[in-house]
Amino acid sequence: MSRSPQSGLGLAAAASAWLIVLAARLLTGVRAIWSGTTPKAEQTLYFANHTSHGDFVLLWATLPADLRAITRPVAGQDYWETSALRRFIGNDVFNALMIRRDGAGGQAGSDPVGQMTEALLAGDSLIMFPEGTRNTGDEVLLPLKSGLYHLARACPQVRLVPVWIENLKRVLPKGTLVPIPLACSVRYGVPIVLAEGEDKNTFIARARAAMLDLRPEYDRAEDTTP
Amino acid sequence: MNLSPSTQTTLMLFGGVFGVLLLASSIGALLKWRVARGEPHSVIDNLNSRVNAWWVMIGVIGLSFACGKNGVIVLFYLISFYALREFMSLAYTRRGDHLAIAVAFFIALPVQYFLIWIDWYGLYSIFIPVYAFLVLPILAAVGGDTKRFLERTSKVQWGLMICVFCISHVPALLTLQIPGFEGRNLLLIAFLVIVVQGSDVLQYVWGKLFGKRKVAPELSPSKTWEGLVGGVASATALGAALYWTTPFSPGQAALMALTICMMGFFGGLVMSAIKRDRGVKDWGTMIEGHGGMLDRLDSVVFAAPIYFHALRYWWVP
Repeated sequence: MSRSPQSGLGLAAAASAWLIVLAARLLTGVRAIWSGTTPKAEQTLYFANHTSHGDFVLLWATLPADLRAITRPVAGQDYWETSALRRFIGNDVFNALMIRRDGAGGQAGSDPVGQMTEALLAGDSLIMFPEGTRNTGDEVLLPLKSGLYHLARACPQVRLVPVWIENLKRVLPKGTLVPIPLACSVRYGVPIVLAEGEDKNTFIARARAAMLDLRPEYDRAEDTTP
Repeated sequence: MNLSPSTQTTLMLFGGVFGVLLLASSIGALLKWRVARGEPHSVIDNLNSRVNAWWVMIGVIGLSFACGKNGVIVLFYLISFYALREFMSLAYTRRGDHLAIAVAFFIALPVQYFLIWIDWYGLYSIFIPVYAFLVLPILAAVGGDTKRFLERTSKVQWGLMICVFCISHVPALLTLQIPGFEGRNLLLIAFLVIVVQGSDVLQYVWGKLFGKRKVAPELSPSKTWEGLVGGVASATALGAALYWTTPFSPGQAALMALTICMMGFFGGLVMSAIKRDRGVKDWGTMIEGHGGMLDRLDSVVFAAPIYFHALRYWWVP
């Protein structure tokens, strides 16, 4: 990591991080709910539902400050490297792991799972969104990509914590300009572990269920009235 | 010191409330020591966090009273905002409602309080029930999503009525011109808050001590007949005893107190029904031990407009 708090850029990044977290808290009154687990300074892969560009900010804002310093969001390069401001926020403020999602094979950096594995092996904690893309439709949760399974196999020492981010989709739906100040919560669940000989589909189904089970009861009730 | 009579009365009321809280804190500490013996005890711990939250709430109300009319309007503006946030966060809405909800938060809420600030009764009494009522469904219709349309638009309107329109009638009390009571309108708010919240507290105390038969088990497991009768009767007596702070005679004060206690009780029932339907116990987590803003305010919401209009009809010429 190239950041040093003495440099002007480092100070600007630290101040921006503080401002972004403060704004997220004021706008959404976000609170963390840890059920069946507690924040731990162990290497962790947080996997969460993805409905908004603000998802990782909200998750990051609810982590204790010492965990924030060691936790990097996994972000799409195509979005975060299109302007100087986004580059500053993505690279300098959040120290995001930039991945390429276009899948153009052959080049370095076109293998998201490989990049994430590398970061985990280097000791970073990560925030990733296993749906692989932002869920902007009516679906509660898109089907999960297999990346989570490959990461669990490659890095068995990492805690895999399911996370459900509630309500943020309603704060600023796709195609709207003004965010509305609804209360959001970030719910952390019991870490899941890849069982001996468990196949990919079973594990992914279990991870998906672990995420959906974190939803508040009133959200689950909505499923029955399509 | 050279204090006006109404300031002296206000200070005496705060002194009284201070004494009650001191007593409540002492009882809480005693229960924790003698009954719970320092161990965790759900009812006693909840009692103590409720009392602690009351210290904060009374502190905030005191601060806003010290800042006069503007302080009270700002306080209730914030209360409305947090109540509306709790309500809308739990309501089922869809993307097509985004514009209507944004208008509720960023236009209807500030305009309502601005109208009260400039004392335009003719508009603030119809702004939400007429204009917002008609404009919000238009905005939702423009969103083009018909799924559960009536339910969704009703929820936005209901949230605005409860959290903004009804609550705004508390600071609106400051605009009433009662002959012989000029400059003392803060006391009207103090009477409302003390009697209605006192009724909630007394219902809780009576219910915890003697409560057996539930009033509405499917709505609220904690409301009992013993709590209701004991709480409302003692809060009515409290209201009558406070007549000297109001423009009322003792009898009128008792009748007014009874009315707002009953509205407060039924308000609590209605808001409980909504919570049960949503499968939640509390509206939020803002106030330690009490739940959310709406959990504390549900009785004031239903009492305030009736109190306001009773005062306006019978006491304002």
